[in-house]
Amino acid sequence: MSSTRARPAFAAKGIDSVSFDFTEVAVRDVSRHYGRRRALARVSIACRAGEVLGLLGPNGAGKSTLLSILATLLSPSTGEVRYGTKTAQEAGPALRSCLGFLSHDLHLYPELTARENLRFFAQLYGVQSVDARVGSALDRAGLTARSGELVSSFSRGMRQRLALERALIHEPRLLLLDEPFTGLDDASVAALVSRLGELRAGGRIIVVVTHDLDVAERLLDKVAVLKEGRLVAFDDAHGRIREHYRAHVQELKN
Amino acid sequence: MFLRVAWLVMRKDLTIEVRSREILYTTVFFAVSCVLVFAFALVKEGRPLEDAAAGIMWISVAFAGTLALGRTFERERHSETLRALMLAPTSRPAIYVGKLLGIVLLLLIVEAVLVPLVGLLFHAPIGNRPLLLVALLLFGTIGFSAVGTLFAAMLVRARSRDVMLPILLYPITIPVIIAGVRGTAALFEPVPATDLAQMWMALLAFFDIVFVTLSLWTFEPLMTE
Repeated sequence: MSSTRARPAFAAKGIDSVSFDFTEVAVRDVSRHYGRRRALARVSIACRAGEVLGLLGPNGAGKSTLLSILATLLSPSTGEVRYGTKTAQEAGPALRSCLGFLSHDLHLYPELTARENLRFFAQLYGVQSVDARVGSALDRAGLTARSGELVSSFSRGMRQRLALERALIHEPRLLLLDEPFTGLDDASVAALVSRLGELRAGGRIIVVVTHDLDVAERLLDKVAVLKEGRLVAFDDAHGRIREHYRAHVQELKN
Repeated sequence: MFLRVAWLVMRKDLTIEVRSREILYTTVFFAVSCVLVFAFALVKEGRPLEDAAAGIMWISVAFAGTLALGRTFERERHSETLRALMLAPTSRPAIYVGKLLGIVLLLLIVEAVLVPLVGLLFHAPIGNRPLLLVALLLFGTIGFSAVGTLFAAMLVRARSRDVMLPILLYPITIPVIIAGVRGTAALFEPVPATDLAQMWMALLAFFDIVFVTLSLWTFEPLMTE
């Protein structure tokens, strides 16, 4: 897939991410333990630029743990994650400028306005032309008219759209979404699926944790099904694995 | 970049606080209540217990500080925004410094209310050596907040954070509180013991350097789960 996406315009000082880019993220034999409890056991998956990978599985399967490891918020107990040719340790903080993370907690300050939230994170990420970037992010979220209002006054759908733009404000290469469809009405889900489709076409690598199997079937290029920390299926959602995947979907529904 | 990030984080915290005034009002109210209760207990017939003023002032600052630390990080926990800060491609200690500066500024405002009140109720001569008193308060507040910010950030996702914070914080900051109390008591003497106060202030500056250095050093590994 395309890797010619324009690199983000980071401030000249402090962030050396302009020299770091990747077109594939690969999880290799990753395990994670919390004390004696095993959250992930030897999981190996990969996703390339322009693909949407879905992490499916029942609660406690290890999906969010895997997403946190991909986001560098957790370290794997064993195994490694490679972003292109480098691990998180080798890439250092510069890697984080290539990651966008959206969880169901949204990561927004309710006491700040929509514009203030976006400005704060844009500045934190060292984005250049902050005003222009924030303006276009507000446009995409459909919140320009309400940009001066506190986030606490927004509906769940509006917050979700803003949170997605917050996660994209620095044009990350890898977008990690933890249950982004939770609590959204049908129109908001459709809008979010459409936006994610645009991002896929733009060459982003997208990893989505979701329980929404209907959305998963519309959106995903690849599926990894986790159960009790173990990978039970991983392949192309449109290929021969679909039947295998459907069996797991049925199991999850039951 | 380091200072810019620290400034951004501090400015964001202050913007939120100016808008809600929740932490300021709570801590000021709590600190003033503390001083009033002690005044009822320790001032008999208009005469306060000797050397009580310095101790009451610092214990009120410590209690109010613990409250402020908890509330500040509760905000970051609410929408998991601390995680978003940790994900930024910046030096994580810069985020620590930003949070620390916000707490210090908030506590200095609380102290601006507290000190005159202690002076009034306990007949403490707060105007004896005002600059030295301000310096003592500043150094003591930085030392206390340096450790408190580190622990509050570390405990933000712990279920028992409200219990754990004081349990971890007070034993480690006892030297800061003692130095603050002794230095302030020296200044509140009828004839201020300036040399003694300066000695305690130097000790506080030493604690500040140690605590801030250790916190900067350990913040990143402690915040990586």
